[in-house]
Amino acid sequence: MKSIVIGVIGADVHAVGNKIIDYTLTNAGYNVINIGVLSSQEDFINAAIEADAELILVSSLYGHGEIDCRGMRQKCIESGIGDIFLYVGGNIVVGKQDFSEVKQRFLQMGFNRVYPPGISIDMALNDIKNDLGE
Amino acid sequence: MAKYLLIDFGSTFTKLTAVDSELGDIFASANHFTTVDTDITIGYKNALDQLSKTIGHPVVFDRVIACSSAAGGLKMAAIGLVEELTVEAAKRVCLGAGAKVDLVFSHHLNSSEVELIKTKKIDIVLLAGGSDGGNSECVLFNAKMLSEANLGIPIVYGGNKSVQDEIKAIFDNHHVNGHIVDNVMPKINQLNIKQAREKIRELFLKNIIEAKGIKKIESEIDKVVLPTPEAVLRACELLAKGYMHEPGLGEVVVVDVGGATTDLYSISEPSKRGDVILTGLEEPYAKRTVEGDLGMRYSATGILKALTKEEIMMINLEKGIDIEKEINDRNTNVSMLPKNRSEELIDRLLAEMCVYKAMNRHAGKMEEIYTPMGMVHHQTGKDLTDIEVVIGTGGVIIKSTDPKQILAKTTNVFRNDFELRPRHPKFYIDSTYSLYAMGLLSEFDPVLALKIMKKHLTQV
Repeated sequence: MKSIVIGVIGADVHAVGNKIIDYTLTNAGYNVINIGVLSSQEDFINAAIEADAELILVSSLYGHGEIDCRGMRQKCIESGIGDIFLYVGGNIVVGKQDFSEVKQRFLQMGFNRVYPPGISIDMALNDIKNDLGE
Repeated sequence: MAKYLLIDFGSTFTKLTAVDSELGDIFASANHFTTVDTDITIGYKNALDQLSKTIGHPVVFDRVIACSSAAGGLKMAAIGLVEELTVEAAKRVCLGAGAKVDLVFSHHLNSSEVELIKTKKIDIVLLAGGSDGGNSECVLFNAKMLSEANLGIPIVYGGNKSVQDEIKAIFDNHHVNGHIVDNVMPKINQLNIKQAREKIRELFLKNIIEAKGIKKIESEIDKVVLPTPEAVLRACELLAKGYMHEPGLGEVVVVDVGGATTDLYSISEPSKRGDVILTGLEEPYAKRTVEGDLGMRYSATGILKALTKEEIMMINLEKGIDIEKEINDRNTNVSMLPKNRSEELIDRLLAEMCVYKAMNRHAGKMEEIYTPMGMVHHQTGKDLTDIEVVIGTGGVIIKSTDPKQILAKTTNVFRNDFELRPRHPKFYIDSTYSLYAMGLLSEFDPVLALKIMKKHLTQV
């Protein structure tokens, strides 16, 4: 069973979407490690190391996702899990910015998949299946 | 109607406590220097003679059982993968089993770390790493490193359950005294202490006390049953919970300031509030922490290290002493006992600093985070604010003329509101130094042990 770490990053306490993601991915047959809200980059990475996870799915709903996610790929590399898949989604930036630019910025930060606001987790699930080969 | 003799083979003293079940109380106690270096029975027999003298005649006891922290106690190495997760879980298991955690390692072991296990004369290694189904490469590597080093000591494996068979094969191939227990962290942030703790206790009784020359005493007494700190932890738990119709005191904190370490025990739910967000590794209900750098004699220099230059100057100015000199004196002359009022006051000051700092590390922290959804309380560690009973034990507290001053340092005296220290507790002392003995007695007569403890706690 493949393991996925999920959680809400930074000073963000939006718990509802987090529970939906947990439910959906668990039902799809993944071992979900949900570290919950108010999680730091280190919390995600530590959980991924111990659980030998193949994917970290970061949620951010409060607009500060860009600041919270900076340097995460570098920390993964330092921690010996540089090849792990990094996904991010939610309301990851402040205001109504052009999403293609936002996506570009997050891809440059080392994220593999970047999702705009308001999409369903089922969309991400297809990507997960492709990326993890199931 | 029975008479019990309860013994603690401590690092310095062998202490005897005699209990009469009909009387429902302790009827005599005695102590003598521990003689584990030559023959542990000598010190015991001397103490027993003294006990007979106090009573006036020799007594035949129905049961004689002991706990031990002699010959360095139970020295363990805790090994895990990530520091905040399996390393911390392994550490907590060792402490909960009454061990001293002399070495802590994370990630892949190197040869100098393995060498340290030999030079530090570790008694048992606890190897953890990986949640169930999680990382296994690291524990396999570490199991090989440890096995190839030919340590000659028991290794307990409490890591990822998926590779238990492979680990067992590694142990068997290298003829290691290896033992497999449940994962100490089966899921991320979930702590699982029980089976590992039982195994450590079993090994302590089967191998360690034998190797240290303590088992010899079993020709004189019935049995050594626990490491001393675990006996104290059991006493604390009984005192908090109560037993059957005999009520306990509710949640408690116990402080033990010794020559080499400062131990804190808290028996309480980690959090009772519904409006906080808890993070980090799960906290145990019965938690023990040991500060190896905070103590009255052997570790007195650790107190100095924890102070800044300004603080040292302020203490010297305020108290009119040279704190550095006083601490170094105590560190070089570890058997020093205060001879006058001023030496006693300095000892008290040192004890206060040990207690303050130890509680700073034991108690949880609360952060207030301002989020777009308003202010949120974010808790790590245990919330001790509601604790109503703080008990002091150990020579410096029990013998102090003002133990309350020392114990008050468990509370928030410097108003760091983010530290979740007991807010308005009542203070007690274990005046007859009987917590360890009641931990032993609770093995077969918990109600009697509880009654005696309640009788001998003195409010200060």
